[in-house]
Amino acid sequence: MIVLCVTALIKIFIIIGALMTAAAYLVLVERWVAAWVQDRLGPNRAGIPLTKIRLWGLGQPIADGLKFIFKEEFVPGHVDKILFTLAPIATLAAAVLIYAVFPFGSLQWMAGGEPIPLGLVSGFSAGLVFIFAVNGVAVYGIILGGWASNNKYSLFGALRGAAQLIAYEIPLSLAILTLVLAAGSLRVEDVVAQQAESGVWNVFLHPLAFVVFFVAATAEAGRLPFDLPETEQELVGGYHTEYSGMRLMMYLVSEFLHMITASFLIVILFFGGWHLWGLTGAEEAATWPIALLRVAVLLVKVLAVVFFFMLIRWSWPRFRFDQLMALAWQVMVPWGLTQLVFLALWLEFVEEDPWSRGWASAWPLAAANAALLAAVWLLTAWVAQPYYDNRPRRLALPTKATVASQRAITAIPDASQAN
Amino acid sequence: MDFNWLFFWILAAITVTSAVAAVLTTHIVRMAFYLVVCLGAVAGLFFLAGAYFVGAMQLMIYVGGTVVLIGFGVMLTARTPFVRMQTTPDQWLLAMVTAATLGAMLLQATLRYPKPIEPPGIGEPAVSPGRLGTAFLGLRLEAASSGTSSQTGGDGEDAESLGVAYLLPFELVSVHLLAVLIGAAYLARPRRRPDQETGREGEHAGAERSGPGEEPRPAAVAIASGGDS
Repeated sequence: MIVLCVTALIKIFIIIGALMTAAAYLVLVERWVAAWVQDRLGPNRAGIPLTKIRLWGLGQPIADGLKFIFKEEFVPGHVDKILFTLAPIATLAAAVLIYAVFPFGSLQWMAGGEPIPLGLVSGFSAGLVFIFAVNGVAVYGIILGGWASNNKYSLFGALRGAAQLIAYEIPLSLAILTLVLAAGSLRVEDVVAQQAESGVWNVFLHPLAFVVFFVAATAEAGRLPFDLPETEQELVGGYHTEYSGMRLMMYLVSEFLHMITASFLIVILFFGGWHLWGLTGAEEAATWPIALLRVAVLLVKVLAVVFFFMLIRWSWPRFRFDQLMALAWQVMVPWGLTQLVFLALWLEFVEEDPWSRGWASAWPLAAANAALLAAVWLLTAWVAQPYYDNRPRRLALPTKATVASQRAITAIPDASQAN
Repeated sequence: MDFNWLFFWILAAITVTSAVAAVLTTHIVRMAFYLVVCLGAVAGLFFLAGAYFVGAMQLMIYVGGTVVLIGFGVMLTARTPFVRMQTTPDQWLLAMVTAATLGAMLLQATLRYPKPIEPPGIGEPAVSPGRLGTAFLGLRLEAASSGTSSQTGGDGEDAESLGVAYLLPFELVSVHLLAVLIGAAYLARPRRRPDQETGREGEHAGAERSGPGEEPRPAAVAIASGGDS
């Protein structure tokens, strides 16, 4: 039991340490990506402290951390002090807690021995439900922090954040439900194992679910096209307007952790987790080099998705709130439902186990789902005609029908004059 | 050495403290927050007992769902920055009777167990969701019972009966959430004609029109009853 506790503590230490370092350095990477997109140089001066060595700006996270630590932790007089203090802690705790169920593969310590799963709580029989649940808890940090600040902008940000997170939880859940239906299990490991054994990643098998999940995960992370809770141009700083110092840092770090979480989930659920064709193998037990290779493959995939998130941030303008809600309820929820029902019907009437022989048996489902994605996409584009005017919809440019009717009205006096 | 007792006492202390705090505070949002902490600690107790699925469901439904909606109701109906509410003696009495009944039932159920059950390790859950993912939709039950795909949800359990057994709780959960949704919509409804709703509010109708300082009574009552569930 002592051994179990010590290994658990070591795992917790490694994961939290790695997460905090990753968050600090990904801030730097994000600034570099921003600079690259905007054709600037970006932070490149801070290096080893107290020397003149620059190291391409790699010392920047240390400087940022020190700045946060030494800043005054100002608590305004008008706030609810208990909740003001507890809200960032709750946010950070929920953001870290979700990493407990992420699988990093498994390791066979000695030849013929039992494989040791890498990950905190491996084999957690309700892992996907746990991911939903902790994701839902993250709302509290935003809603309580914004409310306790007793500030109009904070409350606006909190309400927007709560509405957005709750709205996008539904398509997120629908997309995960598709995978649960496919894997027949709520264990995260089983979803990965299914992709590894059949060699067919879920992104090829369920592209519609992937699109829904990707959009919903971006919204849950509050990344830029969806950063309505903290729009600088409208709400000063959003729900953390009144925060400073380490409390603000907790919010910022947990925002970054949400992005890394979303990347992990996308990779684990849709891009095969630690699996890569012809490199990592598919069996559960792995020797030392294979296990390390699997962790490396997983992390490289996650970093690629994080990089993609950063590119999205600097290439998309922010949604307006009505567009955000319309996207969630009118597009993403129906798409998720379509995917779920389609897969259920397929498994019931067409083929029970499309994964049994890899691509040889999975290609009809993949092709049908790709066709479904195209059909649903085109149908949505046809039903919801794009409007190029960025004003709210009731002020939008007249459609073809109204133009035609107006022409008909104005044509009548002309005709009478001609007669 | 077994540290389960330590975690049990920590979680139990958090549960009891936050429950008492939720009852004693007069502050609506703090009350909701203490309720969240209390429910979260109960979820922790479920995890500790090896009922992972129940624990995750507790987190998802009670912590994640219900109280968010309560918070919405409160925030959308509160007309002053920090709303305070007083529990009236009749509410105290009603709550005491309910709590005493539940407490007596739980105590009796606890004392009937001869000895504490050893919680299972992480690999072997006491309550396994098994083939829940397919079963709660009512589909693929035949496939689940024949066991075609590679799934390790416990060896000796009958997958078909498990799937059917979980169908009812899921329906109940959705009904529960629907009730909460209706309650939140009721709380957030516009109140333009307060004198026509109840006689009690009719007495205060003049005061309510005079300004925003009026105490939102329906919200307070709903919070008190929401806390009992």
